[in-house]
This record gives sequence, structure tokens and C-alpha cells, in this order.
Amino acid sequence: MTIHNMYIFDRYGTLLYYGEWNRTKQSGMSLEEEGKLMYGMLFSIKSFVTKISPLDPKDGFMHYKTSKYTLHCLETPSGLKFVLNTDNQAQGVRDLLKKIYAEIYVKYAIRNPLCGIGEQINSELFKTKLDAFIKQTPNYAVRAS
Amino acid sequence: MVIYGVYIVSKSGGLIYNYDHNIPRVETEKTFGFPLDIKLQYENKKVVVVFGQRDGINVGHVLLSVNGCPVSGRTTEDGRDVFDVIEAKENYPLSLKFGRPRATTNEKIVLASMFYPLFALASQLSPVPKCSGIESLVADTFKLSCFQTLTGVKFIVVTDTNMQGSEVVLKRIYELYSDYALKNPFYSLEMPIRCELFDTSLHTLLELVEKSGTANL
Repeated sequence: MTIHNMYIFDRYGTLLYYGEWNRTKQSGMSLEEEGKLMYGMLFSIKSFVTKISPLDPKDGFMHYKTSKYTLHCLETPSGLKFVLNTDNQAQGVRDLLKKIYAEIYVKYAIRNPLCGIGEQINSELFKTKLDAFIKQTPNYAVRAS
Repeated sequence: MVIYGVYIVSKSGGLIYNYDHNIPRVETEKTFGFPLDIKLQYENKKVVVVFGQRDGINVGHVLLSVNGCPVSGRTTEDGRDVFDVIEAKENYPLSLKFGRPRATTNEKIVLASMFYPLFALASQLSPVPKCSGIESLVADTFKLSCFQTLTGVKFIVVTDTNMQGSEVVLKRIYELYSDYALKNPFYSLEMPIRCELFDTSLHTLLELVEKSGTANL
């Protein structure tokens, strides 16, 4: 079980935070470009899901799975997007994302007057708290290679 | 287990086959007094609810009929503009029927070509090397499973979220495709599939899966 990386976007598509733990393949572009591509993909998935859904969607898109990794997405009513890439065996990632939102993002980014709204999060405290939180989850394990 | 639909996308991203199996019809009819307590707007050639979700009428539903008279675009069948009707007080009480819009064939073609870049991006943005594209995509109301053949044709089924073993179903559809579509001398590659035998055997397969699961495929 592995957690690869995490993106936080605001409702205008700004990449607020990017964290990386076990990433073995770099995309070969700058982080800024990668963030835009990722947000563009999530945006299209959202509209794709609302159109193809046979019933009225509530939460909409939850996760997608490829052969090697699973991308989980949590969108808050205010439009923040929390995106976490894990391996395919990970369980309960949605609750984990909700916790990251409620216990890390709200506590250490929103309640920090020096973190501007809609700007990148540069706070060291946020970074260390998120790191510590991810590392103590049962899904996290350093790849033995 | 419910299967909502089957789509086949060619390697260039065009929709070559689509079949709606059983999409539930979401419709509500209600009598309203003046003034209307939901906000309607005209967009994409439909009259859509944009605010005021209540009694099974949700945001995103389209107006289907006014007093039993079907609506197409923004006019009713007898030629009146919908917005003129709902804004005039003397027309009330008014019975309006709303429902979830169903994708037209054109919209399905657009959706199929939309899935193509999503599939490619998923493997490009992968944090691990040698990764495939999207194999399954889960939302709260459905699960989409996709199988790409070595030749690049994508088979997609949309099912309910607790569907198990959709890979087997997709492989079976691939078999049917290679037997009944590809071996048909009148079928040309990359073109929409119009083979009766393929249709009927696909329908039998889907019914079998819905009735008895994927265990005995």
C-alpha cells in the first residue's frame, strides 16, 4: 500500500499545494504545467460524469483506477479539490481526504492569517503536519526497493 | 446488477457503437401556483432548472411538458414560448413536467471523444511508470469500466456502482465484436457497427449478466 502524491486545487484551478511521497515517474514538465493539466482533466471528468450519469449525481466523481494507480478526488462545496494518488489496494481514502481537509487544511492553512486565499500554501507548519498525517496512515508504506 | 449502457470507441476516438440498456426514467409532474418557486433558464436548446431543488425536481432537469403539452426547445407544441407562459399570471395553476435529460446520439459522440483524452491523460499524469489509461471510473451513481484492446479499440460499459466482474463482460463483448462485427464482410473498420447479429447477441449477453451475474460467462 502506497500513497504516491497529492494535489490541492482551489475553485479557480490554482494549484495550492503539491506533496510527493512515493513517486517513481516524473511527468517531464514543470509542476505548474502539470497542475494545469491535472486540473483540466478533473474538470473534464466532472462534466463527463454529470452528462453520462443515468441518475442525478450528488457527490459526482469519486475515483478512477488504472492498471498501476488509483486517483481519488474530493471536492468540497466551496470548490476546493483534494486529489490523492495511491496504489490500487488502498482502502478508505475518501475519509482520509475528508480528514486532510478538516484537520490539516482548515487548521493550518485557513486559520493561518499569513496564508492568503487563492495563493500557494508555503507554510512549513502545514507541510510538516500533512507529512506527519500521511505517514501515520495505514495506507502509507515506504517502498522496499 | 444493472447495466445502463455499452459504448464502443474506435482507436481514433469515434463512437462506433452505443446501446442504452435500461436507463431509469426520472420524471416528475407537479402543479405550480404563481409565482414559480424554481428558477428556469434556457441553455443548450433546453429549458433547464438552475435553482430551487424540491419534490424530486433537481437542478439540471429539463422542462418536458407544460399542462401535458410537450416542449421542444423553448416552445411548446402549440407554438407558445415557454417563458411567456410561465411568466403570465393568468395561466396558473400550471402543471409542469420535469425530467433528467437523456443524452442524444450527438451528445454521446461528444462524450466518447471526451473520454479519449481523459484516458490518455490518466496514463500521462501517472506517478508510476508503465501505467495504462483509465480502467474504471467510479462516481456516486454509476461505475464505468473500460477495456482497451491491443489494437486500440475501447469497450466501455456503464453499470451501477456495486457491479462485480465487469472485465469478464467486456472481454465477452470483445469476443462478440470480433465474431459478429469484424467477420461481417459488409463491415468496414472505424465505421459505426450496424450488424443485426451483433446487436442480438449483445442484448442476450447483457440480459444474462443482469439475471445471473458474471459467474457463468
